[in-house]
Amino acid sequence: MSDRKIPAPRVLPESLAYWQAADEGRLLLKKCRACDRLHHYPRDICPHCLSDDTVWVDAAGTGSVYSFSTMGKGEAAYTLALVTLDEGVTLMTNLVDAAPKDFAIGQRVKVVFKPSEGGHAVAMFSPF
Amino acid sequence: MSLNGAAYIVGAYEHPTRKADALSVLRLHADVAKGALADAGLSKDDIDGYFCAGDAPGLGTTTVAEYLGLKLRHVDSTECGGSAPILHVAHAAAAIAAGQCNVALITLAGRPRAAMAEAQARLADGKGKAPLALKPPDPDAPELAFELPYGPATQNLYAIVARRHMHEFGTTSEQLAWIKVAASHHAQHNPHAMLRDVVTVADVINSPLVSDPLHRLDCCVMSDGGGALIVARPEIAMQLKRPLVKVRGTGEAPKHAMGGQIDLSYSAAAWSGPRAFAEAGVTPADIQYASLYDSFTITVLMQLEDLGFCKKGEGGRFVADGGLISGAGRLPFNTDGGGLCNNHPANRGGVTKVIEAVRQLRGEAHPAVQVTNCSLALASGIGGALASRHTAGTLILERL
Repeated sequence: MSDRKIPAPRVLPESLAYWQAADEGRLLLKKCRACDRLHHYPRDICPHCLSDDTVWVDAAGTGSVYSFSTMGKGEAAYTLALVTLDEGVTLMTNLVDAAPKDFAIGQRVKVVFKPSEGGHAVAMFSPF
Repeated sequence: MSLNGAAYIVGAYEHPTRKADALSVLRLHADVAKGALADAGLSKDDIDGYFCAGDAPGLGTTTVAEYLGLKLRHVDSTECGGSAPILHVAHAAAAIAAGQCNVALITLAGRPRAAMAEAQARLADGKGKAPLALKPPDPDAPELAFELPYGPATQNLYAIVARRHMHEFGTTSEQLAWIKVAASHHAQHNPHAMLRDVVTVADVINSPLVSDPLHRLDCCVMSDGGGALIVARPEIAMQLKRPLVKVRGTGEAPKHAMGGQIDLSYSAAAWSGPRAFAEAGVTPADIQYASLYDSFTITVLMQLEDLGFCKKGEGGRFVADGGLISGAGRLPFNTDGGGLCNNHPANRGGVTKVIEAVRQLRGEAHPAVQVTNCSLALASGIGGALASRHTAGTLILERL
């Protein structure tokens, strides 16, 4: 596991609910009731159809690795990744709780929440 | 409105410095403006349009106009990172066609390398904070909270694309290395290039991993300096004594995370390229020389495929075995050594891409890398980050 300090996310009003849920160990996505599509990062306004009728939904917290790269050496090494959730949305994250050599594209992963430096918990992913 | 033939590039100049210890950012902008004016055979008072991006300090167009004493009737500060000057050429052609200006100056300059050295010296003295290679992120950017905690850096945002390309298409580190090898073959002839030693595929893949699968030699240099271009109305270009370089095709497009519908198999050049080729009325097979943005080797590979020089997924085979080496390969690219070996001023490679294309079209590239009778060239840029959000610009230029 990396000892990299995780900067606290800067919370904007329209994403406050996301961060409150993250502190409770829940991963939220935004869903548009006009076009029925999900999006991430969360906005008040749907980026697919510009409706403002968007609501929060719980994600299952499972998905697969789309791609990743490990940067840094030794304890400072960390793995930036894109993970495609089972709901079909791909998001930026870190792969954690395993050695970088054990990560692979297509690998099944599940969400874990890690504390940030004086801020909200942050969603990361680890192998099953 | 077609921009084919609407304007000509009449002046081009690249600053010779690669570390500007004693030169301010504005001095660099001024140096390259003077150089491009001298190259064109024009004077300051001929300029009535000015274009710059986020590398210009203060109020951008206003600040540079004041320093240079310019009297303008058209300004454009389109900012999209390193590809901005390529868009500026297209926007200058559009402004000229619309009658908004006659002679447009475009400048790009900066001193990140000297600034980094200064910050490191302050740190060694126990003063100041660890230096940043790039500007700090804008706290109002809405994606920031959903990305910054994960440590996105420029390197890993390109490495992720390289790994995905390897997964989908079987591209190898050795194939990516050939892009650097070709750039180094060209840079050996450029006395201003930061890295002039010819390297091998083994040198690249044995260099330290920066962000896997990208190695240190897959990355561009960090350098100071800059460049400038002058774009003019056709009637003015005809009166000057320089070879005629016509803007024949233009295209631009941003690509972003699309609400989480991410597909890294293509870049925004897949959208900007076809528009430029359609406007120019030519095909990739007609292009004799290509300046391709080379922040990293993978950036070049993506543009080759997305601009149609080869099919999607075949970029690795296209670049292997010297495919990009002038005089030997199928498509000569970045004959100045590119960002990989020559220069990436202000962490932005767009202006040098256009400058080397102009040199090739004028027959003013180094004789060892000059393309014989080069009459049709392309300049392509990717500004921003390949894996998250970027803007592509494509220019097709013709020597009359």
